[in-house]
Amino acid sequence: MKELLLIVVPFVGAALAAAWPNQRSRPWLLPIVGLVHAVLSLWLLLAPPPVKPGAWLAFDPLARAVLPAVSLLFLTCAIYAVSYLQLRTERPNRVFVALMLMVLGLLSAGHQARHLGLLWITTEAVTLAAVPLLHFNGTPRAFEATWKYLLVGGTGVALSLFGSFCLGYASLHGGGNGDLTFTTLTSQGAGLSRPWVLSAWVMILVGYGTKMGLAPVHTWKPDAYGEAPAIVGAILAGGVTTVAFTAILRVRAVVHAAGSGAIADRTLIVIGLFSMIVAALFLLGTRDFKRMLAYSSVEHMGILVIGAGFGGAGIWASLFHVWSNSLTKGALFLSAGNIRRAAGARTMDEVGGMSALTPISAGIFVAGLFAVTACPPFGPFFSELSLVRSGIASDHPWAVGVFLACLLFAFFGLTRLVFAIVDGRPRTASRTTGKRFPETFGVIAPALILMALSVWVGIGTPAVLRDAWSAAVVQLTPTP
Amino acid sequence: MNNTLNLLIGLAMGLNLMALGSGRLPSVIRTVAIQGMVLGVMPLLIEEHIQWLALAIAVGTVAVKGFVIPQLLQRAMRAANIDREIEPFIGFIPSLLLGAGGTIGAVAVARVLPLLPEHAGSLLVPGALASVLTGFVMLIGRTKAISQVCGYLILENGIYLFGLLLLKATPLLVDAGILLDLTVGVFVIGIIVDRIQRAFDSLDTRKLTILRE
Repeated sequence: MKELLLIVVPFVGAALAAAWPNQRSRPWLLPIVGLVHAVLSLWLLLAPPPVKPGAWLAFDPLARAVLPAVSLLFLTCAIYAVSYLQLRTERPNRVFVALMLMVLGLLSAGHQARHLGLLWITTEAVTLAAVPLLHFNGTPRAFEATWKYLLVGGTGVALSLFGSFCLGYASLHGGGNGDLTFTTLTSQGAGLSRPWVLSAWVMILVGYGTKMGLAPVHTWKPDAYGEAPAIVGAILAGGVTTVAFTAILRVRAVVHAAGSGAIADRTLIVIGLFSMIVAALFLLGTRDFKRMLAYSSVEHMGILVIGAGFGGAGIWASLFHVWSNSLTKGALFLSAGNIRRAAGARTMDEVGGMSALTPISAGIFVAGLFAVTACPPFGPFFSELSLVRSGIASDHPWAVGVFLACLLFAFFGLTRLVFAIVDGRPRTASRTTGKRFPETFGVIAPALILMALSVWVGIGTPAVLRDAWSAAVVQLTPTP
Repeated sequence: MNNTLNLLIGLAMGLNLMALGSGRLPSVIRTVAIQGMVLGVMPLLIEEHIQWLALAIAVGTVAVKGFVIPQLLQRAMRAANIDREIEPFIGFIPSLLLGAGGTIGAVAVARVLPLLPEHAGSLLVPGALASVLTGFVMLIGRTKAISQVCGYLILENGIYLFGLLLLKATPLLVDAGILLDLTVGVFVIGIIVDRIQRAFDSLDTRKLTILRE
């Protein structure tokens, strides 16, 4: 029952937000619903409910391993949103608040979807619900970014629907009765028609890969993250991409059961490494620190699918990385949002010396930089370390070598840009206004909490999380 | 029954080529509308026992693909005061050739894929693949936002055709959800097209070049 509340509560919140008359008090719905959602999901993490095998929606081990991270990220972003929307009183926030809550509800449904069609419907719905969030700023640039997001993302989800149909047909051809839950598909195993399974895998990988932002179908990402408000970027990078990743994990398990797992894993490793290489190259070139976050996200999506390609312990490391990446990226997006507001610009040509103007945000931004480039003691260091170990253990020395080289180049690119913005003589585009950006508690605390969570998940990984990840790996490893 | 269905699919494939070869936006929109209506009646030919939900979905598809979306696009077109696709990235003759080649390729590929006995001899798979390819050519090759939306619609029509293979087996609830999502998707696209027109005073996507590396 509680698992359904995870979906229902945000929807009720969204309806309330749409009807709420007061512009100033409406944003408070975000942290209230976020808190209820976080409490529910942590409760379910500690006391997982039984899963009916044929259920379309259930808090299964995979949802348990991932959804609480999304919930924590949403809660902190929601706290930030209250202060953010108070700074932006000139823009009506009815649609924004309602759709943020819709996105949360749909994300909960997507993570819990155990039916191929339902999974697609929720992913598509999240894509559409995020559209007005992206052009919240209403600038021509924001509309340009939204158009690219819709066209590339729309084509991507269309392809994943095509892939889902192919997988459905594979099941029909193998004598299935049209039951498209993942349990049934996996249990059909080698009975699935092989040509259709492979066609399905290619299209689902490209389709959900577009949603994740894997290269070469990542092109919407820098534009969207660059133009959207910081909280939207954080939710997209830490929540929406996660749904697409769990979709790929679920389909991968089916492909494994069908006996084509080796091909699937090889494609995952190749596309993951390619994403990391592309991201590292663009990170070395970009001069815009919000687009930088997008390329960093492309890199980390690459890391996730490489882990999935390693299988077994690699999947465990990937689920760990979902947590560390979501929390760290959230802190980076929020502190970057503060810097962007204080400076009035986003490129290293226009912005400098932010450590003097917004010392706390700049500090968090630098800490986030070290976290996201996998320096200890932050979460990504530990998750990427276990990923490297699983890669060596599963005999992929070349992949691990390229992986480490890409991390190094990404480190160069990120440090170059971050220190150009943080250090030096203070220089902003909006200095003429003479008003300094106040670093209030509301815009600092959420980023600090996320940073602390990132350290906590790395150093003090609780046993319950480790168990949850192990249970998800068992769920995703079909026994022949 | 299968013959009528194949005739309609053949018609839809012909409409693909018409959309590729035409430079006038009103006729492209009309072509896509007719294709949508042709697709909308197909479920009725496949289902032996027509239930009310199947009927509702068919009526809904025809209404949305045949009337609502074309109306939306025509309004956007009039607001932007354009009716022609000038200087496409891929010219009309090359895109026609690509489309024709793609159709032949689709038939060839469909032969390789294993089909259930009741689908043997059906044009659903080649029709779906050809429409998806046509959609891609239009998405990539055209510069006006409205033409790109038409390309996206043809792509979706192709996937819809493929989905008909599963129609009997899967619960209609799933189909209804998918149809709803697609509809909302196109509505959202229509609204964004409108906003782009206002923000940039043009629907030429070549002008959307502020954001680049």
